[in-house]
Amino acid sequence: MSTSRSLPRLAAILYTSALLALCSRVGAVLEVEITQGVEGAIPIAIAPFGGAEIASEHVDGVIESDLRNSGLFETLPPPRFPETPTPGQPPNLAAWRQAGVDYLVTGSLSPDGPGRYTVHAVLWNVLAGRPLLDFSVRAAAQALRRAGHQIADRVYQELTGERGAFDTRIAYVAVRTRPDGTRRYLLQIADSDGHNPRTVYDSPQPLLSPAWSPDGRRLAYVSFESGRAAVYVQELATGHRQQVSGGRGTRSAPAWSPDGQRLALALSVEGNFDIHVLELASGRLSRLTFGRAIDTEPVWSPDGKAIFFTSDRSGRPQVYRIAASGGPAQRITFEGRYNASPDVSPDGRWLAVVHLDRGGYRIATLDTAGGALQVLTDGRLDESPSFAPNGRLILYATEHAGRGVLAAVSRDGRVRVRLSTPDEDVREPAWGPYRHD
Amino acid sequence: MPDARHLTRLILLLAALLTLHGCSTSGGKKEGAEEAGPGPATEGAEVTPGTAAGVAMPLGDEARIDLEYLDDPASPLSQRVVYFDFDSDVVPPEWRDVVAAHGKLLAKYPDLHVRLEGHTDERGSREYNLGLGERRARAVAERMRLEGAQQTQMSIVSFGEEKPADPGHDETAWAKNRRVEIVYER
Repeated sequence: MSTSRSLPRLAAILYTSALLALCSRVGAVLEVEITQGVEGAIPIAIAPFGGAEIASEHVDGVIESDLRNSGLFETLPPPRFPETPTPGQPPNLAAWRQAGVDYLVTGSLSPDGPGRYTVHAVLWNVLAGRPLLDFSVRAAAQALRRAGHQIADRVYQELTGERGAFDTRIAYVAVRTRPDGTRRYLLQIADSDGHNPRTVYDSPQPLLSPAWSPDGRRLAYVSFESGRAAVYVQELATGHRQQVSGGRGTRSAPAWSPDGQRLALALSVEGNFDIHVLELASGRLSRLTFGRAIDTEPVWSPDGKAIFFTSDRSGRPQVYRIAASGGPAQRITFEGRYNASPDVSPDGRWLAVVHLDRGGYRIATLDTAGGALQVLTDGRLDESPSFAPNGRLILYATEHAGRGVLAAVSRDGRVRVRLSTPDEDVREPAWGPYRHD
Repeated sequence: MPDARHLTRLILLLAALLTLHGCSTSGGKKEGAEEAGPGPATEGAEVTPGTAAGVAMPLGDEARIDLEYLDDPASPLSQRVVYFDFDSDVVPPEWRDVVAAHGKLLAKYPDLHVRLEGHTDERGSREYNLGLGERRARAVAERMRLEGAQQTQMSIVSFGEEKPADPGHDETAWAKNRRVEIVYER
């Protein structure tokens, strides 16, 4: 390798390390691990935003890490920036072209009343020498990271043709072990990059399977607080929570229907789970599956017409599909002796599953219309796949250095990102819908 | 002549003591207790098992002897955890006598009640494991019913992989975690 090529690479590594060191202070770290070549990644630079000294968050840094972590962009490290553009004046596009980028984002922050900012951003086509996007986002001081995600979403969509999902949230369960050995289970929500984690429920008993309502306002989840698994729904704005399905038996694995009116769940009355659908308004429960097999982990197709679920009716767990109105179930997975925990891509085409692959539980995808299973990860205990609302990445739980962490893998398996929070065992991720607030 | 009500009360008391004194390794109420295994209870410490046998109360000899077996290492009744093979809900042959002994005890004393707690190892999906734990507990209940235990004497609960007996990540730990705990209550 020539020196001229390795120097920029070294600069990039140093820059990334510095960025990671910076991020670890705020509580979450994203570590990018590009598993295969990123040939075709779009070369882009995010110039320092003017006026940034008045704010506590580096909006440009948020945009840069969003785009880089998507694996679709190759971002120019700051040591190779040819200039610091002056707000209000066009950048020296010839110099940026020389630095090797095809696109450039410039921007500036200006005060917009007390504690508020207007963030102005311009996306430049460096080769064509003209702006592609020129827009502003208004944000409160504490929401500047979100403004960065919103700008990254616009840039991502303009350059890839696909809607961005940076301005979304994730839910997960964190487990903290106290010095006396007792545990706390925390239901957390955070930004899609793991920043701004917030506890929405805290319990000494296990919590499982958070599921976002389609409008992003509520979470359904499983809590053992009553001594056995039961399903609860919690409103995020008010914190109000209620057990939605009490009475006899064990209830678990909630999944919202696309219209938000019903929950599919697994219910066991006498020691065996079957899929049921609960109408939230009336509390009416209808049973979809019967028999002695374990039927669990339901998830709705995006059109609401079908439910995919895990069943061991063939002797081993495999994924099946049943009409949401009931009827015969059709087996979907055939490869291997363990396929469970299905999630459906937002376009309904792909299924992500946990697949037992040569001794390891790994995330795999398959076409719902048929076709070979593709194993995307190489962990030992990878679990709980959850599609991003644009279907590009799949969030999942894995282990790293002896504890549970979250990671995401692109649907084609080419990009993997690890997301970790310190001092916690993290699991059960669920990627929320696009935000409408 | 011992009065039947006294006998019942004594059985219930003994069962309660057994529960407090570490028959329950599940930590259903005390989080984290499952890793410690059997040991002195922190709650109700003034009640020690020693006093159970010495309770000054008319006692049916037969009942006392039966229940003492719960703490006699030579009796199958002293074994209150049943272990399973990977991804299986079949009670292994070597554990069937233990399950049968508990089933017979329940059949003999209809006021006794057990909670059957199903657990799995950490491999595979958590929700599927919850289902597997549930079915292991049911498999134990069904065997107890064959011995004459009544459905109403047994309740089933599954913790899936959420409450491991051994927090390790290898086959030794997994083998200890694939289990049903028989917990005498009330």
